[in-house]
Amino acid sequence: MSTPIPADVQHAKSHEWVRLRDGLATVGISDHAQHELSDVVFVELPAVGRQLKAGESCAVVESVKTASDVYSPVSGVVAAVNPELAQHPERVNTDPYGTGWFFQVKPANPAELDALLSPADYAKEIGE
Amino acid sequence: MLKRTPLFSAHQKLGARLTDFGGWEMPVQYTSIMEEHHAVRTAAGLFDISHMGEIAVRGGAAPEFLNRVLTNDIRKLQIHQGQYTIMCNERGGAIDDLYVYQVEAEEYLLIVNATRIATDAAWLNQQLADFHHRSAVDLKNLSADFGALALQGPKAALFIDSFFSTSNSQEPASALRKNQITRREFLGRSIFISRTGYTGEDGFEMVAPAEITPTLWNKVMEVGSQFGLKAAGLGARDTLRTEVCYPLYGHELDENTTPIEAGLGTFVALGKGEFIGRSVLAEQKNGATAKKLVAFKSPENCAPPRPNYPIWSTGPGARPIGHVTSGTQSPSLGVGIGMGYVPPEMAAANSPIAIEIRGKHSPATIVPKPLYRKS
Repeated sequence: MSTPIPADVQHAKSHEWVRLRDGLATVGISDHAQHELSDVVFVELPAVGRQLKAGESCAVVESVKTASDVYSPVSGVVAAVNPELAQHPERVNTDPYGTGWFFQVKPANPAELDALLSPADYAKEIGE
Repeated sequence: MLKRTPLFSAHQKLGARLTDFGGWEMPVQYTSIMEEHHAVRTAAGLFDISHMGEIAVRGGAAPEFLNRVLTNDIRKLQIHQGQYTIMCNERGGAIDDLYVYQVEAEEYLLIVNATRIATDAAWLNQQLADFHHRSAVDLKNLSADFGALALQGPKAALFIDSFFSTSNSQEPASALRKNQITRREFLGRSIFISRTGYTGEDGFEMVAPAEITPTLWNKVMEVGSQFGLKAAGLGARDTLRTEVCYPLYGHELDENTTPIEAGLGTFVALGKGEFIGRSVLAEQKNGATAKKLVAFKSPENCAPPRPNYPIWSTGPGARPIGHVTSGTQSPSLGVGIGMGYVPPEMAAANSPIAIEIRGKHSPATIVPKPLYRKS
């Protein structure tokens, strides 16, 4: 179960990805991160409307064994959260860059994305 | 430096994720806790339990000595039979929970928790020094000499007999009844096989000389693969035992917690005569305890409970009433489950409680033990 890194996402070193499209930044966790966690059983998401700073802990992903914090890679206001994850947390494992997304942010400063890792740099970061 | 079992390189070859378990570098999972858990519930799983301790107690006064230091009644044992028991201090607190087997007429084998080997051996030696028939008891900590495997799951009995030569006079290992133990030859060496486990499924535990444990592991893995056998790590071992509400030392049991408080009164034989901790345990069994171990379950789609999360009462005047001792998502039930200590007056089944998870109260209900029963 390994998903290649899509070309249109930037990663944080803390293993979140962000995809900017139509002025909205969608955030999730990387395939590498879901593989490390294995068996995601619960995801706690931020409230819509919450103001986030880049690097702020704003969600929790839980596997059978552990709870891990998820950090927002960008600053901005939470515009939406993935309503499917409450019923289907396993999508974080099966489709980390697609239906397993966590939340969307209206970015306060889109230039923050430039400081994140490109797909090639993230692949190097995780030793692939 | 963490201690390693004889199977360390076997775990590495299987790509196990390793963790520090009480000073031992042990596999937490090979593929996924869920997969390994379901393999044990539906087919079979193989666990490395070589970290557990083996203490041999031999001699004519061994039963009398063991009945003094353990809570269960050793005289209930027939030869080649074992029992679950607790070793308590004078306050009735649990020094360890263990299995004791009568392997020969005057020979007993104690299987103790990895994290407690040194404490147990020191306690036993200290008690032996004060024992009036100490010259008729020989106590040896053999933990370093042995490895051990647990083969668990409904299919385990289908292939346990393929590993050992059985002479005509012997019944096959698959004919062992629950808690029985026997010796078999493997590579010309004697190993113990018992029908016991820590998963709530049928299964066997094998205690073998450390040098041949890797060969035995490989053989079981090879033969078991056609029965759906998977190597299973400590992650699955923990979810499996939590579902059936077996205590884990350091979580449900410690030196300040008695077996009565832990709901293990069945294994405390008050009628057998004097033993260490008896007066406190008798008082608790016939009267009241300050705390009682309960099992609880969360509704669907709630965050799983974890050890040390506070337990609260519900309704007006809600207050903290205890802590979670074991908690996880149950792979079999698909909901959060756990155990924890609460005041006895709040321990009734079907009582609503709340688990404090990251500052928020998450609903749960006290339910009868076990949380899961095999179908």
